[in-house]
Amino acid sequence: MNPVYYLYLASLLFTIGAAGVLIRRNAIVLFMCVELMLNACNLAFVTFARMHGNLDGQIIAFFTMVVAAAEVVVGLAIIVSVFRSRHSASVDDASLMKL
Amino acid sequence: MIALAGSLAAAASSAAAPTAAAPSSLSSSLSTSFHSSLTSSLTSVAASTTSTGEAVQFWILGTVAVLGALGTILMKRAVHSALCLAGTMIVLAVFYLANGAYFLGVVQVVVYTGAIMMLFLFVVMLVGVTAADSLKETIKGQRWLAALCGVGFGVLLIAGIGHASLNSFNGLGQANAGGNVQGLAALIFTKYVFAFEITGALLITAAVGAMVLTHRERTERLKTQRELAQERVRAGVQLPPLPAPGVYARHNAVDIAGLLPDGTPSELTVNKTLKGRGQIRDVSNEAIADLRALEQRSNERLGRAGRAGGGAGRPGGGPAGGSAGGSAGGSVRDKGEEIKR
Amino acid sequence: MENLIAPLIAAPLLGAAVLLCGGRRLDRAGHWIGTVLAGASFVIGVLLFADLLGRGAEDRTLHQHLFSWIPVGSFRADIAFQLDQLSMTFVLLITGVGTLIHIYSIGYMEHDERRRRFFGYLNLFLAAMLLLVLADNYLLLYMGWEGVGLASYLLIGFWQHKPSAATAAKKAFLVNRVGDLGLSIAIMLMFTTFGTFAFGPVLGAAGDASEGKLTAIGLMLLLAACGKSAQVPLQSWLGDAMEGPTPVSALIHAATMVTAGVYLITRSGAIFNGAPDAQLVVVVVGAVTLLFGAIVGCAKDDIKKALAGSTMSQIGYMILAAGLGPIGYVFAIMHLVTHGFFKAGLFLGAGSVMHGMNDEVDMRKYGGLRKYMPVTFVTFGLGYLAIIGFPGLSGFFSKDKIIEAAFAKGGTEGWILGGVALLGAAITAFYMTRVMLMTFFGEERWRGRETASPAEPSAEPAAEERGRHAEPHPHESPKSMTIPMVVLAFGSVFAGGLFSFGDSFVRWLEPVTGYAHGHPPISAAAVTTATVVALVIGVAVAWLMYGRVPVPVTAPRGSLLTRAARRDLLQDDFNHVVLVRGGEHLTRSLVYVDHTLVDGVVNGTAASFGGLSGRLRKLQNGYARSYAVTMFGGTAVLIAATLLMRAV
Repeated sequence: MNPVYYLYLASLLFTIGAAGVLIRRNAIVLFMCVELMLNACNLAFVTFARMHGNLDGQIIAFFTMVVAAAEVVVGLAIIVSVFRSRHSASVDDASLMKL
Repeated sequence: MIALAGSLAAAASSAAAPTAAAPSSLSSSLSTSFHSSLTSSLTSVAASTTSTGEAVQFWILGTVAVLGALGTILMKRAVHSALCLAGTMIVLAVFYLANGAYFLGVVQVVVYTGAIMMLFLFVVMLVGVTAADSLKETIKGQRWLAALCGVGFGVLLIAGIGHASLNSFNGLGQANAGGNVQGLAALIFTKYVFAFEITGALLITAAVGAMVLTHRERTERLKTQRELAQERVRAGVQLPPLPAPGVYARHNAVDIAGLLPDGTPSELTVNKTLKGRGQIRDVSNEAIADLRALEQRSNERLGRAGRAGGGAGRPGGGPAGGSAGGSAGGSVRDKGEEIKR
Repeated sequence: MENLIAPLIAAPLLGAAVLLCGGRRLDRAGHWIGTVLAGASFVIGVLLFADLLGRGAEDRTLHQHLFSWIPVGSFRADIAFQLDQLSMTFVLLITGVGTLIHIYSIGYMEHDERRRRFFGYLNLFLAAMLLLVLADNYLLLYMGWEGVGLASYLLIGFWQHKPSAATAAKKAFLVNRVGDLGLSIAIMLMFTTFGTFAFGPVLGAAGDASEGKLTAIGLMLLLAACGKSAQVPLQSWLGDAMEGPTPVSALIHAATMVTAGVYLITRSGAIFNGAPDAQLVVVVVGAVTLLFGAIVGCAKDDIKKALAGSTMSQIGYMILAAGLGPIGYVFAIMHLVTHGFFKAGLFLGAGSVMHGMNDEVDMRKYGGLRKYMPVTFVTFGLGYLAIIGFPGLSGFFSKDKIIEAAFAKGGTEGWILGGVALLGAAITAFYMTRVMLMTFFGEERWRGRETASPAEPSAEPAAEERGRHAEPHPHESPKSMTIPMVVLAFGSVFAGGLFSFGDSFVRWLEPVTGYAHGHPPISAAAVTTATVVALVIGVAVAWLMYGRVPVPVTAPRGSLLTRAARRDLLQDDFNHVVLVRGGEHLTRSLVYVDHTLVDGVVNGTAASFGGLSGRLRKLQNGYARSYAVTMFGGTAVLIAATLLMRAV
């Protein structure tokens, strides 16, 4: 087996995550799908690191994790405050910008 | 657990150097059977295939990861989605280990699966764990467009990867020679030090941001203890502390109401929430029946008879409680007889 | 002597400034100030004339440079004057006749409470006209040109309380603006062609310029001349200008204003000499106006309007002569001067008649006035004989020369022009005899009849005081009015002979305008004979129609031509139909185009964008997931593009 299969898997996971973002309405699930996409990217980075024989890819994946953690913290805070005021976690309900 | 162990072994065999730090020692202790493949991988700098073990592990765990991902997006309840995602993440952690990223594998488990997913679950609980989403699409054409874009994107991505010439790979033998964590540390604190510092700032900002977002400004002054006490006295409702639940120390559970002197349960002794949920156990009848049985046995031993009703009423001691105690005692007696039959 | 040129203009200008700014304190002396300053100007003119006569023929051009007016780069406009024989002739005519008209006005405007202002305007008129003829470049000439237009506007509309006078003034001003446009364009063309507009350089270099440019400049100059000199097609203001006080009519028709066009064409002779096409147009305009004015003059019962038609016709003669080139310039100016005498005399006589007839202007209500106002009769009669070209009087000499020059044009053109000029002479004799007979001969049709019928409001407000409904008592005018008439009658009689004696006028003007002796296909004697025959025919026909049979008080319906001529040959109708209606139609169609096409494009663009936006905004449904789909699709397209580029 060639490590390139990890890349195929990462692509597949990324696509599934993206589709989830498009399909689901629950903001929390939506965030989970974003996390899935980030993880797929991380897998690709790690695989690239292995293919290239250096650790830079792992470093990038590490930073991605940190950024994802920050993003989750802020995102969930937003979800909580939205939920508090609107009593709904559906992203479709937050469609006040339309004409 | 078998899968995890296997993956660690595969990771060690495929990418790790023998002198690697904690993960590699862990893997060596777990799987000595893969020693031959480990040595073979060390000799080749640029390989085109990995070990068979890793391939097997990939196909099994890859399937699990995809199923987890699909579960994430298809489960109706958010908590199920979160669990599915956690599974996928653990699988990914194994794949990180297999790819020689020992530090990241552990971080994945600790940070992602441990911290972030728990945060998700926490928010899910906060929002409502039982709420199930409707999977019926409300935006016209959204699902079709999503499917079209997803399929197109995936096909293009996979086609692009297939198109690239990635037949051979270097492996991390050289890079991990001084230990994976040491290697990462060397890079983070030299080459990527600025990015690291900025990331730290980002995390602080995120923490502050989360606090700001969820913070509620107090709109009125907090009442002092004294004010609360005065308010309570003026309202005139239940000045002393509420009576404790439980009956004569026979029961100290909070879901059992305490009995008044005449044997009736007191509403005040139990928590309102439990009462609202209907989770209060009404064991006063048993207790009274037990009490009555005890009294009867002592009467029999003492040669006294026919004074059970008075015995039941005696603890109340008050003239007002007499009739009530009698009726209660009667009902208990009936129940006691039924139990005996 | 050069330094006297500026005072020549300054004197009437000072008069105008003092009289117009002085206020009521000057009411009692205003007319004297004006007259004295005009006279002073005339005296200065005479002094300069004497100086010029004392010099050699080639040395008679004086220059006075006051200051640089607009020096911008290569653009130089100076306040500088040039006095040569041509200017001198005009100066003497303007100041001389002008002074006489001032004197006349003292009596004529005696009862008008705004007499001071009137004299101020008259002085302004003289100053502007002097500036026009004394300017040393076209720009300064333009300034005088505009000044004349302003003064004529103020004077024609002097009785501005009458709507007709106000309208007439406006009309004169507007029609003149058309001509002024021509002059300004001509000046711009001159600047682009020659780089300057001083007379000397422009006229000196005219021979070097291309014929096309000269033709363009010439035609624009002709347009200007048409406006000021009331030539077809810009003639319509002249008849209405009779709404002004009679001295103003005399001034406009004899000494100033209408002569400006002739002066302009004669002065720019070098340009016209190089542009035969422009000259041809000038000649045609002159010939047409000649007949036009004469026919109009035949039909008018209003004595002043009949004279106005006559003026138009006579100026037509001058323009015709000026268009003939060097063979005609001198005679154009000569006719201008003699015309200045007799036409001023005729107008002043007409004013005198009106003065005695309670401001009645309808000749059909005159008749037999020779007994009551003999001086007026004699002076008017001499002017009449002069204008019809009675042999020996001044009009005879000048008109005969023009007819001769017209024949000398040569070829078919010469015959046609000569024929037209002869026909014009016959018609002139006819209508002037008609005026004469209707006014001074025949029965006294004013007896037992009120004058100045209410339908035609009095021209002079003073008449209202005198009582317009009373039967008129014809009487001779005061001395202040008759003396100028006598002087002008002398001029009418002797000027032509004096000028023609030994070709003195030709030799006087030749250095400026040039002179080529024409060779008419028929002898000069034959032309003279033909002129006299035409004159006799005209007089005879007039006598048959108006002298032998009594003149009806109410005008008969008349032939189609007569009725058209009474309406100024439909010039106003023509203007109304062609210009006003045409303008209205043009405006309406432009408005239509603006509303449909321009607004349509603008509104259509706006509407299409609005519609497009209305459809596009449905994409903005507010759902974050819809936007995410778009973004995701875009990413897919980007990847596809990348792969495609790598594959290619």
